[in-house]
Amino acid sequence: MTGKSARIVFAFLVAVALALGSMPTAGDAQGKGTIKIATQSPLSGGQAALGEGIKLGAQLAVEKFKGNLEKAGFKVELVPFDDQAKPDVGVANAKNINADKDIMVVIGHLNSGVAIPSSEVYKEVGLAMISPANTNPTVTDRGYKNVYRVCGRDDVQGVVGAEFAKAQNTKSVYVIHDKTAYGQGIADFFKADAEKKGIKVLGFEGTEEKSNFDPLLTPIKAKNPDLIYFGGIYEQAGPFFKQAREKGIKAKFMGPDGLDSSDLTKIAGKAVVGMNYTSVAGPVSVYPQAKQFGEEFKKKFSKNPEPFAAQAYDSTAIAIKALEAVTKGGKAPTREAVAEAVRTVKHTGITGAVEFDEKGDPKKALYFVLQVASDNPEKWGDNKEVKRLTIAAPATKK
Amino acid sequence: MDVELLVGILPQVFIDGLILGFMYALIALGYTMVYGVLQFINFAHSEIFIIGGFVGVEILLGLKAAGLLETVPWVLVLLLVLVAGMAASGFLAFAVERVAYRPLRHAPRLIPLISAIGVSFFLQDAIRLFESIWRNAFNLVYPTMDVLNERFEITSTVDVSVKSLVVIVAALLMLWALHVLVNRTKIGTAIRAVAEDQAAASLMGINVNRIISLTFVIGGAMGGAAGVLFGVQYGLINPYTGFIPGLKAFTAAVLGGIGNIPGAMVGGLVLGLLEAFAASYLSLLTGGAFGAEYKDIFAFSILILILIFRPKGLLGEVVRERA
Repeated sequence: MTGKSARIVFAFLVAVALALGSMPTAGDAQGKGTIKIATQSPLSGGQAALGEGIKLGAQLAVEKFKGNLEKAGFKVELVPFDDQAKPDVGVANAKNINADKDIMVVIGHLNSGVAIPSSEVYKEVGLAMISPANTNPTVTDRGYKNVYRVCGRDDVQGVVGAEFAKAQNTKSVYVIHDKTAYGQGIADFFKADAEKKGIKVLGFEGTEEKSNFDPLLTPIKAKNPDLIYFGGIYEQAGPFFKQAREKGIKAKFMGPDGLDSSDLTKIAGKAVVGMNYTSVAGPVSVYPQAKQFGEEFKKKFSKNPEPFAAQAYDSTAIAIKALEAVTKGGKAPTREAVAEAVRTVKHTGITGAVEFDEKGDPKKALYFVLQVASDNPEKWGDNKEVKRLTIAAPATKK
Repeated sequence: MDVELLVGILPQVFIDGLILGFMYALIALGYTMVYGVLQFINFAHSEIFIIGGFVGVEILLGLKAAGLLETVPWVLVLLLVLVAGMAASGFLAFAVERVAYRPLRHAPRLIPLISAIGVSFFLQDAIRLFESIWRNAFNLVYPTMDVLNERFEITSTVDVSVKSLVVIVAALLMLWALHVLVNRTKIGTAIRAVAEDQAAASLMGINVNRIISLTFVIGGAMGGAAGVLFGVQYGLINPYTGFIPGLKAFTAAVLGGIGNIPGAMVGGLVLGLLEAFAASYLSLLTGGAFGAEYKDIFAFSILILILIFRPKGLLGEVVRERA
């Protein structure tokens, strides 16, 4: 075959492939089109453990609950996007999501710093975003009609942490954060409330450093606080805590739900055993209804669900309920109608009953204080529940 | 202001800075040696450096899985990973030069530079791909050897861990070996000859291509050793970890006078110390107004000042402009 004829054959094959790709599939033939549910979470990089959990939780829910929509003649698809935990990637993905007219709802993100700018893009077309994990108050305080979350908020979570620290008889604390909307946000809330409760804040530092914490730790060691609070994510907190113990710092460690991943013990090992952290998502074992979910998840994906996988499962179930309501009578759904319908959904999911207030916060959310039980990452799910609180979302401060 | 605290942590900050500085110095050698012979900046060096760290962690994890990590003497283990890291990075540097730079040797200056940036991206994602298939992990954790974490208390606020001593001793040994190699051996003379004038060196019977390859291998091996030491000291690496230390080491090379080997060492130490002092003292001295996050801004502001007054770097000589 000469070069030229090979090229012609190749072009022909490409043309055929394109034609096949755009041909109506079996699902469309018998029905009314495709409804796509998108997930956005970090699927690569250092936070992939949690992001993958969100995707898989949503996938399990789609498979479980898509029955009614399919009976009504729609094909239901999950389209996962990788936001890499970076705001710019999240926004670029959001633009692609907007452009795909079949996507009716987004489940995500993991990071508030990504969710806030990305939801500005969803808002342009009124596309609903249901977040399983974003705790920064700004996410819902903007009052957007298309933004929801099923979890609690950092202005409450920070206070829960400070209260627990006070109850532990903590006299002094050193606060570190990662300079993101999430990490710095919750560190601020923690610090403000700790000061109010008479805990001495010896230092408040932000850092984007990921490997060398020596120069940060030296002043901490000299100031010898009772507690170090890390507002941030496990991939940064892990080496920080490990190096702190190696340097001989004896302070207790604490942090928010960003530390809630088995990867924390994978990185920091013994350094974090016995550490307390607050979370808006307990391990699957604390939710009695979630037992079956945990088993199905393990069977299907041969790993334990990471935190927020169950919340992603519930978020997706809520999305599907809203879709069912909108498509009643076989109507084609619109993005605005779906976003509006989510507000009225009352759902008893595996992580509890969810009902949204006018901002898109759950009317009542659960907050936990948990304790790391073992340095074995496999046993992250066994972390002890120290305290559980049900607290209503605070009203927006005007 | 708590003067006692400020003075009390001074020795510890100095040690922290020294460790970081030696790390930068080892990496900076790769930039500066290549620049010395080719007047070309090998931006892929940050990945060549971190490859050493990856080879090190893979060997340590392998030994751990085989149960040998506890039984084999730790000095031997360290020696093994250092040599393996150096070999891997040295070989990679050789291969990169052969594939991506040599064909472009006579192209305009910017072309190999762009090739180097491309190689850097390629290597980052090649490591990521490999590790995600091989270990399904992004961050790799260096297995701890308990001996390395033992600390010698000097005062209540100052102590040195065994691994910090290892980093300093290993770095000093390697810098000394390089010094001897470049200044006291025939190969060293050949490298310096090629750096000075390639055409004349080749007329004297020096195989220029071989010497250039050798320069890459030596610079790469130093980077590989730094990669292993980086992993041992800080405990965690991922495919993108090399980028920032690489950039800082490049800066250190420029600060010391690019192309100048002792300059790279001095530049590395100065930058490491500046960074450590800034990170530890900024918030203490400004009452929290400027935190540790400003360490790079502070360190680089001083760098700019130094370069304004000494544009050729601290130890740089005035280089003749080439036509």
